[in-house]
Amino acid sequence: MKNAVGRDIPEELLVNGKEVYQGKNYMDGKYVQKVGPKTRRYEAPQESKIVASLADALRQCGAASGMTFSFHHHLRDGDYVVNMVMKAAIEELGLEDLTIAATSLGNAHDPIADYIEQGKVIGIQTSGIRGRIGEVVSAGKLKTPAIVRSHGGRPRAIEAGEVHIDIAFVAAPTSDCVGNCRGIGGKSNCGSMGYAMTDAKFADHVVVVTDCLVDFPNMPASVEAIDVDAVVVVDSIGNPKKIASAAARISQNPRDLMMAENVAKVIASTPYFKDGFSFQTGVGGPSLAANLFIEKIMDERNIKMGWAIGGICGPMVELLKKDKVGKVIDVQDFDLDAVNSINQTPGHYEMSASQYANPANKGAFVNKLDFVVLAALEIDTSFNVNVLTGSDGVLRGAPGGHPDTAAGSKCCVIVTPLVRGRMATVCEHVVTVTTPGDCVDVLVTDYGIAVNPLRQDLVKCLDEAGIPHVTIESLKEKAYSLVGRPDDLQWEDKVVAVLEARDGTILDVVKKIKPYHI
Amino acid sequence: MIPRPRPERFRLRRTMMFMNAQKPGLFKDAYIYGCDSIMLDLEDAVAENQKDAARFSLYHALKTIDYGDTEVIVRINGLDTPHWQEDIRVCVAAGADGIRIAKCESAQDVKTVEAAVEAAEKEFGVEVGRTLLMAALESPKGILNAYEICSASDRMFGVAISGGDFRKSMQTVPQPDGVDMLFARGQMLLAARAAGIQCFDTVFTDLDDEEGFRREVLQNKAMGFDGKSLINPKQIRFVHEVYAPSEKEVIQAEKIVRTVRENAAKGLGVFTVDGKMIDIAFLPGAERTLRLAKAYGMYEGDLV
Repeated sequence: MKNAVGRDIPEELLVNGKEVYQGKNYMDGKYVQKVGPKTRRYEAPQESKIVASLADALRQCGAASGMTFSFHHHLRDGDYVVNMVMKAAIEELGLEDLTIAATSLGNAHDPIADYIEQGKVIGIQTSGIRGRIGEVVSAGKLKTPAIVRSHGGRPRAIEAGEVHIDIAFVAAPTSDCVGNCRGIGGKSNCGSMGYAMTDAKFADHVVVVTDCLVDFPNMPASVEAIDVDAVVVVDSIGNPKKIASAAARISQNPRDLMMAENVAKVIASTPYFKDGFSFQTGVGGPSLAANLFIEKIMDERNIKMGWAIGGICGPMVELLKKDKVGKVIDVQDFDLDAVNSINQTPGHYEMSASQYANPANKGAFVNKLDFVVLAALEIDTSFNVNVLTGSDGVLRGAPGGHPDTAAGSKCCVIVTPLVRGRMATVCEHVVTVTTPGDCVDVLVTDYGIAVNPLRQDLVKCLDEAGIPHVTIESLKEKAYSLVGRPDDLQWEDKVVAVLEARDGTILDVVKKIKPYHI
Repeated sequence: MIPRPRPERFRLRRTMMFMNAQKPGLFKDAYIYGCDSIMLDLEDAVAENQKDAARFSLYHALKTIDYGDTEVIVRINGLDTPHWQEDIRVCVAAGADGIRIAKCESAQDVKTVEAAVEAAEKEFGVEVGRTLLMAALESPKGILNAYEICSASDRMFGVAISGGDFRKSMQTVPQPDGVDMLFARGQMLLAARAAGIQCFDTVFTDLDDEEGFRREVLQNKAMGFDGKSLINPKQIRFVHEVYAPSEKEVIQAEKIVRTVRENAAKGLGVFTVDGKMIDIAFLPGAERTLRLAKAYGMYEGDLV
């Protein structure tokens, strides 16, 4: 059945009330029955919840074959916890048929690909999939299709019981003996622990894994002891060098800077750019550099940013310290400047993934956003964006908060170079739709700016500000004239991944790629 | 194959951005930054053993990429090197708009290059006279011979001072007030204006010294330079800002151009615009103002 972005969704996926994507805000006003976890009572006072090993923690939580384990990705490419836990479960306890429900999986988790190939891990649910896991899933080696959700779609699915977490594992830079966790104060600091919060509230069992035990009570806790069954102390939860870079530096690449300046001009041309506006930007070259130019225009017009959200890094913290943004609310940190600022700098707060982006709750921050600046692997002439699959059709990306912020914000700006090497970024049809075109408003490339024709109001803003813009079709043609028009990818029938829209409908599927023969 | 229109000898050249011809990844689409001219460098930026590779990249870039309205000039190696003849053949074969003669010291240098260019034009079936020339003055001798250099050929569209080498030979370094090259700049400007060609200032190399750059560009404009050589795209915008006329100047220029043309048709030579006496001598300046305004996006009319 074709959905609202023209993707054909196989009928066999449309069971148990699953629908195809119908367009933005389709679920608005509907009711959801939230589910509660079945948790163990700890009525008798406990001195400590520390257990000797991960295997012991798994046994204590009744780990069994067929279960779903959840993880969060604040330790990013430095994470050791996913691999440690799965090794203990599979190699020590001999468990099988496991499902991993993670907020993101990356290169740090390459060993999991072996468990997929061995059939020990049969399900993957994630907001990002990269490295060898992406390759083996794309090759059709995972027993069930992977389910890819946005950062907001994931807590929505958890609350609605579409994902039932048997055991949630919390990678904690610091914890006390009963499981009050914080993202700072240890040796593998990550700052915000926002993605772990919903998991801890909705999982039947919660295991904290830490490499820095601190005195009770570890306050203010990001994940609270009231939800924790066991605490495991290990030598190291991650490689600090890969958890947070020293400082996210603003790009000096002239191409990035030019695009960033144009992003700022577009933003400043809209009526939403006024004192107290709200803002989110990615940490990619041109997205982050946009901060610099927006700050300049803020100074010129003597206005301040009201609040900023998202994955946070140093340049945003700088704005906070200079009193140019009122509040920064933070679901994840990307560099040490941000890690060291959260809950320390006045106005820098932590939030959960649900509070950040869940479309089914009653007050997600993304729905109050004025602007978001995002990157794209591909964007097509209907403004659909792909941030999940490569030009070869292999899973190697992360929707993350992209679809949530695009849908919630008043003005979503995509910034990307027109071509990357031999790949046209602006194309006829994206390989996979991860963010529907009806949520994307303006495209800024190094070869020109295009406004979504759905947003004639923004067309007028740009015209009045004298900002030149062209059609997205002309950008696509320019891209193809530079690098050529690629052949269509060839797919087999087998679906290897299902991509859910943030509201839970099916936005697209990724099929097994057919080997290419010349 | 990208056919480029015949180069215009006198066009706006506010910004001429140097790009290393050894780096096709950078210069392949350098026009996106909006400079008036790109200066592809085969000389100092290219290592001695990479000259051939750089020529190869340059040739194929010009043959495959549409640089649109952006002028493409090539800085060739000096006449005292074994490279310049082959550089010229590549420029002409590829269809570059112009050639910048490095370390030019005499009218003879210009004539030597001109002869080689003409030979190459005949060799590759390019219209004779198509390829423009400009000279870089890098030595005291070059500055002293500025006028004969500027007037050495009908292909010459401009002259530029090259500060690095010149300051060394004068035993000085950049000064905040520009006094180090004040006389040389002035002498070169006089020569260029006397010969009726354009004149460009040297690069400002300290990218972190924004204040110094601004000061120098403002001084350039005040002295009468047509534009400036640049080393980084981020320098472009400020130069264009400085060279943009004011709103008032644009309105005045529009009136002058319109009135001069109307009165010329009626056979009138002298008249008043807003109480000021105006004659045909005001026309080139007014037209230049409108061209600058158009390039800066301030003027959309059709008088220029």
